[in-house]
This record gives sequence, C-alpha cells and structure tokens, in this order.
Amino acid sequence: MSVLVYIDHTDGEIKKSSLEAASYGAQLASQLGVAAHGLVLGTLNADLSALGKQGLQKVHQVKNDSLNQFDPGQQAVMVAEAVTSLAATVVVVSNNVTGKALGPRLSARLKAGLVAGAVALPDTSNSFVVKKAVFSGKAFAQVAVSSPIKIIALTPNAFSVSNGDGSAEVADINLTVPAAKIKVTGTNKIKGQIPLSEAELVVSGGRGLKGPENWGMIEELADLLGAATACSRPVADSHWRPHHEHVGQTGGAVAPNLYFAVGISGAIQHLAGVNRSKVIVVINKDPEAPFFKAADYGIVGDAFEVMPKIIDSVKKLKGK
Amino acid sequence: MKILVCISKTPDTTAKIAFTDNNTKFATEGVQWIINPYDEWYALVRAIELKEKDPTTVLHLVNVGGAENDAIIRKALALGGDEAIRVNIESQDSFTIASQIAQVAKDGGYDLVFTGKETIDYNGSSIGGMVAELLDWPYVSLATKLDIEGSNAKLTREIEGGEETVEASLPLVVSAQKGMAEQRIPNMKGIMGARTKPLKVVEPVAVEALTSIAGFELPPAKAGVKLVPADNPEELVRLLHEEAKVI
Ligand SMILES: Cc1cc2nc3c(=O)[nH]c(=O)nc-3n(C[C@H](O)[C@H](O)[C@H](O)COP(=O)(O)OP(=O)(O)OC[C@H]3O[C@@H](n4cnc5c(N)ncnc54)[C@H](O)[C@@H]3O)c2cc1C
Repeated sequence: MSVLVYIDHTDGEIKKSSLEAASYGAQLASQLGVAAHGLVLGTLNADLSALGKQGLQKVHQVKNDSLNQFDPGQQAVMVAEAVTSLAATVVVVSNNVTGKALGPRLSARLKAGLVAGAVALPDTSNSFVVKKAVFSGKAFAQVAVSSPIKIIALTPNAFSVSNGDGSAEVADINLTVPAAKIKVTGTNKIKGQIPLSEAELVVSGGRGLKGPENWGMIEELADLLGAATACSRPVADSHWRPHHEHVGQTGGAVAPNLYFAVGISGAIQHLAGVNRSKVIVVINKDPEAPFFKAADYGIVGDAFEVMPKIIDSVKKLKGK
Repeated sequence: MKILVCISKTPDTTAKIAFTDNNTKFATEGVQWIINPYDEWYALVRAIELKEKDPTTVLHLVNVGGAENDAIIRKALALGGDEAIRVNIESQDSFTIASQIAQVAKDGGYDLVFTGKETIDYNGSSIGGMVAELLDWPYVSLATKLDIEGSNAKLTREIEGGEETVEASLPLVVSAQKGMAEQRIPNMKGIMGARTKPLKVVEPVAVEALTSIAGFELPPAKAGVKLVPADNPEELVRLLHEEAKVI
C-alpha cells in the first residue's frame, strides 16, 4: 500500500506546489503507516532524489520528452496504471492548473472520490474526511470520501514544504504511453514574473489607483518584495491590467502569506478570492472601506502619498 | 455542430453564507440564486457567439437538479440556446453530476461540452474533467479562447505564469474562464422567447456518489485591524517585518 504523489514540473524544475503536495503526501503516508511514492511523467533537470527532503521514499519516472506537453487524458491513463502497479490507495496532486485537469479525469477513471482544493491533512481516525474551502473561501466543508481509492488535490500555499535530509530512490517505471489528443502549439510565459497562484506575497491594486499609468508603485513594491501583482475585477475589465491578475470570486483565488491591497474597496466578491491570505494589509483613503474589516494591518490614507514612503522604507529594510 | 453547455445554479455572490442542521446544510432562506458566473459569462456566451457565427450550430443547455432549478434554466435560455435539458435528480457529488451530463452528451451526439471553470459554491473544478474521462474525449481546462474550424478546435489555456495555445479534434470538453467572452445582459425578446423554448426533463442514470459532505464550518473571525497612522507608513513596514514576519 502506498500514497502516490503526482509531481508536476515546468521548464525542467519541479513546481513549488508539487513540493507542497510531496510534503503533504509523505505526512499522510506516515499517518496511514504506508509508503510514500512520487510519480514524474516527462523529463526535467532537477535532481529527483531531493524529493526525499519532502519525505518521499521512492520516485518513479517515465523519461519521455513528449510528456512535457500536458494532455490530461493521456496522463490520467498513465497515473491510473501506476496506481494499480504501486498499490496506491491515495493519490495526491496539487490543485494547480495541471491538477485541476488531471484530478477529475483520474477520479472518473478509477471511480475514486476526489477532494479538489484540500487545505489540511485528512482525518483518518474512523473514516476519511478532508477539509476543503467552499463558497470561494467564505467557508470550509468536511468532505468524506467513501471509495477504496481516494484522490486529494491540495490547494497551493495551504501546506508548507518540509525540508528534511532524506534522499529518495529514483527509478524508471514502465507505463503505457497512449497517444496524446491535445497538441501544444505555443507557449507564452511572462518572463521573470511570479505566477500568482504560487506567490507567497501579493501586491494588488484597485480602481483607487485611477489608471494604468499609476501601477509603477505597485510593481516597484512587488519587485522589492519578490511578490506577484494582482488587481480587482474592474481594473482587469478596464484593461488597465491583464486578465490573469484579476482575483476574487470570479477571478483567481489566492492564499499568500501577505496580501497587500492598495485602493481596493474590499467588496464581498473581491474578499472571496483573497480572504484565506494569512496577513492582509489595506491602504485606502476611506476609513469606511469594507476591506478594513477583513484586514490585519491598515493605513487610512492616500495611496499616492503613502506608497512612496512604504517603498522607501522597504528599500532600507532590504538594504537597497 | 452540436454544443452542450453545462449550467449550474449557485447562490448570488453577495449571499450570506450560513449553515443549518448542525452545520451540515447550507442555509437557503432568503438566498437569491444565479447562474454560476463562469458558466454564464464565459461558456454560455462563447457558445452563443459560435452559434451567431455559424447559425447551423445547435446549442443545448444541461442542468442536473430538481424542478426548483427551472427558473435559472429559463434565465440562461433568455441569453441564448435552442433548448434545455434538466436531469431530474438532486445533485450529490461531482461524480454523480458528471455521470448524468456524460449520459446526456452521449445520447445527444454533441461535439462540444462546455462548462465554466468551477462553481462559485463548491469550487470543485471537476465536472469538465470527469465528463471528458467518462466519454473518453480530450479535455482543455481553464481555457480563455476557443475557435472552431471544421472538426478542429484551437484554444488558449492558462498555465502557471502564462498561457499556452493548443489544438484538439472534436468531440471535446472545454472549461472556460475570464477572457473567453464578455458578460451579456438578456434583452426583452430573449426573455419572452425563453418561456416557450423546450425544457426537457430526463430521468437520471443510476450512479453511486464517491464523496459526501460531513459538515461545514466558517473561518475564524479576524482579530481586528491594526491601523498605522498615515504620516508614519514606516511603522507598517516594521510591523510586517518584526511582528507579522511576512517580509
Ligand atoms: C457577480 C459578481 C462577481 C464579481 N467578482 C469580482 C471579483 O472576482 N473580483 C473583484 O475584485 N470584484 C468582483 N466583483 C466586483 C465587486 O463587486 C467590486 O465592484 C470591485 O471589487 C470593486 O473594485 P475596486 O475595489 O478596485 O474599486 P472601487 O469599489 O471603486 O474601490 C476603489 C477604492 O479605492 C479607494 N481609493 C480611491 N482613491 C484612493 C487613493 N488615492 N488612495 C487610497 N485609496 C483610494 C476608495 O476609497 C475605494 O475604496 C464582482 C461583482 C459581481 C456582481
């Protein structure tokens, strides 16, 4: 018996969200008293034995370049085969862009109950119950999984990466590679930008910033902190910022360690996407802005006066 | 071409989130219901655009649920679509819903099943992928663009920190998100027309749920905001560094 962690990778590196999934999978395996395995489909530069630091005992790899182009249908067949050959009873994936496509396919293929968006380890005392965020972060549900095989898609940034000193055994695994039905014809990555879903720090701007020409201070602060940038919906709708930066109930959901909101009112639909952030800072000139009710720290003031001073003070802190 | 758009009913985005029956059920009193925004704004509107481009396109909507969902289905029909199908069963879990939709898709001979990227209540992001697997069709998730040329689909999908263009042959399942289309407001003609469009009720296939909800909980309340005076923003940076330890 084992817990099998699907290791997702991009540009030759393991994604941080998969290191979280590996740490989660390994802790779950020790909770259940079974082995913790990893599965890598495709080729990468990273040293896979280092996944031992997250607690995996063995990492199985199908070294095949064509698998670097993601087709969830093809991969679900392969992961399902690995589940059988490794006698896995739980599969852990990250609920990132890959896991959101792979998890449900795998669930339907194996008739294995899926908890998409888990935020904590399961309660396995007498059944198998996993906590997940629902109502766009406004509540949590305890989801009981009744099938013999269980699939958990772990929310990015919800579980910390463990860093022990283990080393995993790395071995090739022989799995049938079905033909891909999805052809990737182009990739457009915004260079040097931190993906919002993986970011530990997020600096976000709203309509209070008046126009796209004023985003310099948001970008500068984000740069200094190593943060990703985000925005409210009207900002993306007015094309001041690209669509992928839109967070909230109808945009992306984020749960960083720090969400730094500037000139955002904190409408309920905005809060829905950001309220699982660990620390929320709000800069708003209106003391009645609803965002202050959801914030940990705040400044009631004009962003155009406050932000330059904050940037200077962060520069000092960072020795720049 | 035949398109099937999945329509889910969700509480309005401003609905108060509370629970009853010892925190096992969502409290529905006073709740306004809407079409799940991802289904409406992105999947349905894009499907309508495809039909406007090629009027021979047949566009059907599907919902899994009881008769209380009919009002929402009519709202969706007011935006567009030729007819709707409701599978008459209380929804249990993602797998049982997906199984019903897959059956409708199989029976109706569709070329494209279109969903929103997730519902704003359960946030499962699962229906599209499950339907695709049950039908053994390709699945493109989190798509921001979709064009059809003959039996070939060209799409753009989200990846971490960017996007990817992909191609796949029909039949195909796609989940849509922001970028795919712009929200539309139904006009009077649409609303009147929706009343007479066919809404077929079909009986479910037997499937067993794989998961169930044991209970709900609300997040712990915030301790309250610590305000820093506007003339001393340096203090905020100090607090974030020394107290919150996040920078
Ligand atoms: C179905 C539905 C779904 C939605 N989904 C989302 C979603 O996913 N995400 C989202 O963000 N919104 C969403 N919305 C919209 C949401 O209701 C709000 O309209 C939106 O979040 C407001 O954006 P904002 O805070 O940037 O702008 P405003 O509400 O215009 O707020 C601007 C704020 O900036 C402050 N301000 C102005 N000038 C300054 C200054 N110089 N310095 C400091 N502060 C200043 C003002 O006091 C104000 O609080 C949705 C709405 C609906 C109906």
